[in-house]
This record gives sequence, structure tokens and C-alpha cells, in this order.
Amino acid sequence: MNKNSWILYIGILVFGLVAPFIFPAFKVQLSILCILIVLATTWNIQGGEMGYNTFGNILFYGLGMYLCASVQVGMFFPLAEWTESGGEKTFVHTPSQFFQGMAAGLVVAAVVPTIVAGLIGYAILGLRGHYFAICTLGLGVAAGEISGGIEIIGAGQGFTTPPFPNIGGLEARGEFFYFLSFGALVLTFIAVRAIYTTRFRLILNAIRDNEDKAEAMGIETMKYKITGWMISAFFCGLAGGIMGGLVGYIDSTDVAFDGREMGVFMVLMAILGGKGTLWGPIIGATLFHFFKEGFWTFFLGWQYVALGVLIVVIVIYFPEGLMGWLREKYPERFGEVVDEADRKAQVELK
Amino acid sequence: MDFLVFQYPMITIQACLDGLLLGILFALIAYGMALQWGVMNIINIAQGDLVILGGYIAYFMYLYGIHPAWGVIVSPIIMYFVGIAIYKLVINKVVDRDLFISILATFGISILFMQLMNFAFGADVVLANSGYGTTMLFDNNVVLPNSKIFSAFISIIFAICLVVYMKRSKLGRAIRATAQNARAAKILGVDTEKVYAATFGINAALCGVAGALISITFTIHPYMGLPYTIRSFMIVIVAGLGNLPGVAMSGMGLGIFEEFADYILGTEFRIGSVFLLLVLILVYRRFKLSRKREYLK
Repeated sequence: MNKNSWILYIGILVFGLVAPFIFPAFKVQLSILCILIVLATTWNIQGGEMGYNTFGNILFYGLGMYLCASVQVGMFFPLAEWTESGGEKTFVHTPSQFFQGMAAGLVVAAVVPTIVAGLIGYAILGLRGHYFAICTLGLGVAAGEISGGIEIIGAGQGFTTPPFPNIGGLEARGEFFYFLSFGALVLTFIAVRAIYTTRFRLILNAIRDNEDKAEAMGIETMKYKITGWMISAFFCGLAGGIMGGLVGYIDSTDVAFDGREMGVFMVLMAILGGKGTLWGPIIGATLFHFFKEGFWTFFLGWQYVALGVLIVVIVIYFPEGLMGWLREKYPERFGEVVDEADRKAQVELK
Repeated sequence: MDFLVFQYPMITIQACLDGLLLGILFALIAYGMALQWGVMNIINIAQGDLVILGGYIAYFMYLYGIHPAWGVIVSPIIMYFVGIAIYKLVINKVVDRDLFISILATFGISILFMQLMNFAFGADVVLANSGYGTTMLFDNNVVLPNSKIFSAFISIIFAICLVVYMKRSKLGRAIRATAQNARAAKILGVDTEKVYAATFGINAALCGVAGALISITFTIHPYMGLPYTIRSFMIVIVAGLGNLPGVAMSGMGLGIFEEFADYILGTEFRIGSVFLLLVLILVYRRFKLSRKREYLK
């Protein structure tokens, strides 16, 4: 790592730490941005690096959301009565209870999806190509439909997460959740960056490029695929837990297992930025968030129409994403050695 | 969970008959899916939304006082052109590319259609009442709406017409040739671009028929498309591409499974059980295939 990138990282870190105080009105939006970046980056481990295009990471996100809230409530109060009364009316968390519950909930929200990913990984990751994509799509929707029928987590009427305790009001709540999600983002970035410098990434890329050959070279591909999926599940669950607290209300198909929104968003963000790169999903998520907020604000009601058109346009005309485009334009910046004469000759040939 | 199903045979018969009639409809949609998958190598996530759109056409005719059964004729004609338009705008740009690109692009179309239908027709669950009455069987213990029998009958007629058309007509031959080997077909003078467009149009028309029938027999709702896609995908992978009797059989099997899931688990788990079944079938298929691979080793 050279000096310039250190300056970049420290600059981003400092910006992230002071951002809620510079833009106090946008704290919630910034927190959501952090969560979106986490989701896009972890999707990229599957879709970009491993070549397994999944719609199913929403499963871990929703699972984390329900688990975090359930643990946070269940540690101190009976869960069934909480959901029946619609939440906050009967029981009130004291501040210490709230934070303890949140901490325990986030741990559970991160760990359990990881275990789930490990358990179902062996069965699901053996599927190839479009079978895998459709299977994970089915998994996400099935989880949404089934959780919508379970009484103890609110069934169809939803689940109110514990409200933030009455200290410091809305400002403190925004800051708390912002730093929580920013922390998750930093954690994810460090972990993913560390992974990408190891042999693990090369193995994932080998699986993407040709799985049979990778197997023939003596790589136990299944082991690495499952590990990759478990890493994704860990951070997706964590992000879901934080998002549940931030939104304050969990609905099975509209918030938690929202394949139509979040499940597609993570794919779209990674593709928009450029899959298979470290920075692509981050840039893609940031751009997408600005675009989405603009559309959600100015074209209210038409947002899904815009989303549908956006998906089609990006997928057809822009499948390599921003980083892919930059890479084609400035290959030197990406560490590719370019023979100038050869390049000119190719340009002339075209 | 209630085990009424096992105590009263009439409920079992009711579920089986309902499932069979429903499954024939599923098979019709799945046949369209198999057609485009085999010919163009595309998985169309918007399949279910085309079905729902076809249903709304029949529903609109009903609103304007025309008997919704005529939707079976009108809806496929309109849907054929909708299909051609979708092909010209989007699908022809993703035909030769990675399968995931086509899945994602059609997912975009699906979201677009969902929302447009929501604007155009409202978010209510609607039903085009055909006024066909019901048939009672087994001492009035089993109730079969005539509309279901009508829809199964019409689906079978359309399926037979399509099979004959694919066997006999020039376009049908061209479509089958393209499915076998697009490049060779092109060399021998088949305009594959036209064939692709026609295939997608025929698929959309089939969806239109199925949709019109669904709006008569069941209910339609703008967001109900995805389950139909998943069902037809499931039927196709169970039956295999180009296996029409298999598509019909597995369609009916799925219908019966759904009715039983509805009775045993409850209606709220119906869609969930369909999606879970998909996952289970894929996983089963994966282990079956991996045994084969091991054998090769």
C-alpha cells in the first residue's frame, strides 16, 4: 500500500467521522448509504469475484433484521406480547437495556446468518449459473412469505423494533445509528480489502473464470464458495440488524425480505459501479443512492417505473459498470502494462 | 395444522380435481417458458407479469360489458404485439449474452410492468365474473366451478393447436430448427431474428390466454406475477426442455401439490411453499447431477 492510498483512506475515514456534524439533516440518509455500500460490497464477493450471481443475500439481511429485533425485545420482555401489542405501548426499554439488547442482537444477527449460509451453502452453491440465480431468488421470496405467516414475529402486521431511549432525542438517535452503520462499513471494508489481497480472491476468481478447471487444479472449490458466502452472510446480517433499528419497523415482504427493492438494489449497485473490483460497488452504491433519493423525492409513485427502466438500461448498455469503463479508458491506472504501439495499432485496425 | 384432508376423502378429491384443473393452466404458461428458453436461451422473469397483463385485458372487457370469455381470443392477439414490442426494445439486445444479463433485464421489465399495471388498474384484487355457475359432484360434496372446467378445456385446445402449428407450419419448422442449432438455421436461410421475435410473441400470446383464463377462474392482482414465473420455471426444469407431455404432467402435479399445501399448511403459506418446493427441487437436481459427475470420475 503506497502513501497516496493511505492519505485517501484517512481522508475518507475523517470525512465519515465528521459527516453527521457537517450535514446534520442527512444523518439517516448517510446511514442508509453506509448500509447500501456494505450490501453492495458483500454482493460483489459472490457476483463479481466468484461469478455466482445471487439474489439470495437478501435472505441474510432479512434474517439479521428479525433476529436483532427479536433478541433486543426477547432479552427483557416476552416477545409474543410485544408483537401482539404492536410494540412500544406496553413495554419500555431503559437506555442500558436498549444498548445491551442492541449489542447482543447485532452479534446474533451476524452469527446466525453465517451459520445458515454455511448449512445451506453446500446444497445451494453446487448449482451453476442461472439455476443458482433462480434458486436464490426463490429462497429470498420464500423466506419473506414464510416469515409473513409466523405469529411470534408479527406475521402480516409487522414488528415494531424497540424505540430509541429518551436521551438526547432525535439527534442522538441519528448519530447513534450513523456511527453504528459507519462502523459496519469500516469493518466490512477492512475485511473485504484484507480478503482481496490474499490467495482467497485468486481462488474465487478462478472459480468465476472456469470452475471445472479450478477443480482440476486441485482447489476444493466448494470449501471456498461456502466460505465466501459465509463472509457475505455475516456482513449482510449485521447490516440488516442495524437497518431494522434504523427503520424502526419490520415488515416481512416490504422491509426485511424485500427482494423487489433491496434484493435488486445490491445487484444493481455492484453492476453500476463495476463488479469484480474493490471500489466499484462503493462508487456504484453512492451514485445509486443519490439517483434513488432524487427519484423517490421528485417522481413519487413513478419510482418503480424508473427503477425498472434503470435496470434494463444499466444491464443492456452498461454491464461492465463505471470501473470497467474507466479501466478500458485508462488501463495504466489499473496497473495494466500497455504497449503504446500495440494499442495504437489496434485502434487503427478498428 | 389440521389433518382433515386424511379423514375426509371428499376433501382429497376436491383438492385433486382443483389441482388438476389449475395445473393445466400452469402447464400452458410453462410451455411458453420452455419455448423461449429452448429457442432463445432466455429465462423470462417477466413471464408472470405478462400473464397478469393478459388477465387485465379480459377483466377490462368484462368491465365494459363484454363477456370475459372473449378475452381468450382478444388477449393473445394484443399480447402477441406486446411481446414483439418487448422483444424489439429489450430482448434482442440480450439474446446472445450471458444468461444472468437476461434474467436481470427481464427482472427490470417485471418491476416496470408491475408498477405500470398498478397505476393503470389499481392495486385491488379483481375477478372477471363469467357467470358460469358450478357443478356438484359426489352428492354435492365436491364443488367444481364451471369456469375452471372451461379454462382447462380452453388451455388444452390451445396447447393442441400450438403443437400442431409447431409441427406443420413453416414458421413452426423454422422455430424448431433455430432451437436445434441457430447458426446452422441461419446458414440455411432462416431469418433467426424474425424467428426469435415470433417465438417471444407466441410466448406472450400464450401468457395472454392463460391470463384471461386466470382472471375468469381465480383472481388477479398487479403484484401476483412472480409466483407464476417461478411455477413455470419449476415445471420446465422438472419436465425438461422440449418434453411437452412432461410439462403437462408436472404442471398438474404442481397444481395438486399447491392445493394440498393450501389445505394442510394454510393459505398464508401457499406461495411460500411453492418457492420452497422450487429450492428443494433444484437442490435435489444438484445432488442427482453431482452423483453422475462422480460416476464419470
